[in-house]
Amino acid sequence: MSWLAKLKGALGRSRESVAGIETLAQARRPLDRAFWDEFEEILISADFGVPTTEKILDGLKIVAGQEFWGRSDQAVKRFKEDVRKFLTLPGGALALRSRPAVILVVGVNGSGKTTTIGKLGRLLSAQGKRVMFVAADTFRAAAAEQLAVWAERSGSEFVRGREASDPSSVVFDGLAQAKARNVDVVIIDTAGRLQTKTNLMEELKKMRRIIERETGAPPAETLLVVDGTTGQNAISQAKLFNEATALTGVVVTKLDSTAKGGVLVAIVDTLIVPIKFIGLGEGIDELRPFDPAAFIDALFEPATATA
Amino acid sequence: MLEALGERLGAIFQRLGSRGTLTESDVNDVAREVRIALLEADVNLSVAKEFVAAIKEQAVGAEVLASLTPAQSVIKIVHDELVTLMGGAQARLQFADAPPTVYMMVGLQGSGKTTHSGKLALRLKEQGRRTLLVAADVYRPAAIAQLQTLGKQIDLPVYAEESNDPVAIARSGVAEARRLGIPTVIVDTAGRLQIDDNLMGELEQIKAAVKPTEILFVADAMTGQEATAVAKVFNERLGITGIILTKMDGDARGGAALSIYKITGAPIKFVGVGEKLSAMEPFYPDRLASRILGMGDVLTLIEKTQNLYSAEQAKDLEAKFRKNEFTLDDFLNQLRTVRKMGSMTDILKMIPGMSKALPKDFEIDEKDIGRVEAIICSMSRLERRRPDVLNASRRRRIAMGSGTHVSDVNKLVKNFEQSKAMMKQLGGGKRPKMPSMPGLGGR
Repeated sequence: MSWLAKLKGALGRSRESVAGIETLAQARRPLDRAFWDEFEEILISADFGVPTTEKILDGLKIVAGQEFWGRSDQAVKRFKEDVRKFLTLPGGALALRSRPAVILVVGVNGSGKTTTIGKLGRLLSAQGKRVMFVAADTFRAAAAEQLAVWAERSGSEFVRGREASDPSSVVFDGLAQAKARNVDVVIIDTAGRLQTKTNLMEELKKMRRIIERETGAPPAETLLVVDGTTGQNAISQAKLFNEATALTGVVVTKLDSTAKGGVLVAIVDTLIVPIKFIGLGEGIDELRPFDPAAFIDALFEPATATA
Repeated sequence: MLEALGERLGAIFQRLGSRGTLTESDVNDVAREVRIALLEADVNLSVAKEFVAAIKEQAVGAEVLASLTPAQSVIKIVHDELVTLMGGAQARLQFADAPPTVYMMVGLQGSGKTTHSGKLALRLKEQGRRTLLVAADVYRPAAIAQLQTLGKQIDLPVYAEESNDPVAIARSGVAEARRLGIPTVIVDTAGRLQIDDNLMGELEQIKAAVKPTEILFVADAMTGQEATAVAKVFNERLGITGIILTKMDGDARGGAALSIYKITGAPIKFVGVGEKLSAMEPFYPDRLASRILGMGDVLTLIEKTQNLYSAEQAKDLEAKFRKNEFTLDDFLNQLRTVRKMGSMTDILKMIPGMSKALPKDFEIDEKDIGRVEAIICSMSRLERRRPDVLNASRRRRIAMGSGTHVSDVNKLVKNFEQSKAMMKQLGGGKRPKMPSMPGLGGR
């Protein structure tokens, strides 16, 4: 199965909910109040959020007036184009020029950080890079063991600290080991934390400082892992994690289930940071570079196209 | 938490508050704003619509109670409707007539099943019930090790097998509990998508094998519009009996709490409010509704305090206050007791008005509390009883011993003396229930 087909299959649920857009377009309805209301509901149900939805629809209404659109299919076509353009940001690929290149992975509890790191390790190893995982989640029970399993599966080296030790000290040790073992990429797994816990966000800042001090540069990549089923709180996550750690990209996970896409648009709208990868399942190869065009196509194709 | 929704409604009602009566266009404004607020809080669209319709109907024809302003009347209507929506009275945990009682934890990946298995077991243990934790998540790497570590932390047995058949593990786990005479079993299952037919079927098999007393659906409070669809499928396939809503200590508006019950009919039984294993509370719809509307959550606070202070301790403390004999030792004890209640920030936020008064990102650094503790622990018995003996050299020694600065010691002592003076002024008649806490200024 091609990954696009897989993506389409995975996005089955999203498409179901957004399929309404196709119906709206095909109906070639007049652009009346009922049409816009229906459009609004569809976007909200897809987790676009009220402000983003209003922004999109207000923009469409203005253009509709300027260009004398009469029918719904024009509005829907323009909507797809706009969202695709909007999601296409420069810097989608990982920038790993430094050596060792450090990737700091952050996110709330249960978003899928450790699994994503496992998949990322596999991806980079396959490109011939020597990868090391650093288990800086010293808080959650057996978090390091979980990462160790992924290190083995992905053929990555692995460094851990004592449970309950200061994560920054683990980062420090990890970087020293990385230099000694001559690895290309160091991926640091951090404990899940809610973005409102100021002291835990300070802890992240400290890790960042250690990385900067030890390697002479900020992390090559700081990736926020967001659960694809998250609603509007994803915006707060993006904002506050960005304030603490200057994100370079976002990974959206669990898109094999309920991805409604809306959350992506809202995050990009808030941060202007690219979505770099999407996670499509628990298999080690289920991490794909984010392709806005494919994503939108998959999102808006009629539900009958794939099983 | 859901305060954000409260703020939003608060802003609307403040606007209305200055006027005497509620016109129909006011009601429409309120309805529109309530709808937006609910949607921004991730309440499912259909649930939000239904809710707003109900509010509107009641608000238009509402009798304004003599004691209330129109705005207050609307708040009351919204409040009551929220309570109804979230399931009315508090739902308790069910126990089996013939032991063992079996709880099966189910949900999506990363919702917090394993952590809340531990939290639930700890809660039952505190009520005097022993639990056997059964590690039936054979898919996620180290999920079993995680449950074993949690079991160690709360000193409860964990049943695990080398097998990769979760149905067999669950069945053997329950048999083991029966053999050992352990009255409760919590079966931790792997996270799965509701659209994964095979894995959903596996849960049906586990259910058939262990005949659980309750099937608890563990849901992330940050979930978006899809929350209801997920819960719906889990409910249709398994018949969930209760919901545990996790990660409620962040700024998630928790709209899921409003809609999951509505869609499934299964009540929310607990909410997860922090990373500590003690950070799980029963779900009280009325309290949460009050909290949504910015009325504070005093009941939870009172209950938390009651659990921690015995009647004698409270009396003892009171006497000390009256006689002004409260020492730094007492303060240290008190500090440690309060810490057991959870994070200081969460406690403060339960006080009415506080959630509004505190800055949005207000957070007490738990390290500050640790520092206070270290300072007092570095004092001699005499110094703790009579801080007036603390001269410069003693203060230097204490600062060195606690790894702080003399200025920290000075600040603590000064605040302590001030609080004592204040208590004295309050006099014998008034008995402060929650003594103030010297040394703990917010940042």
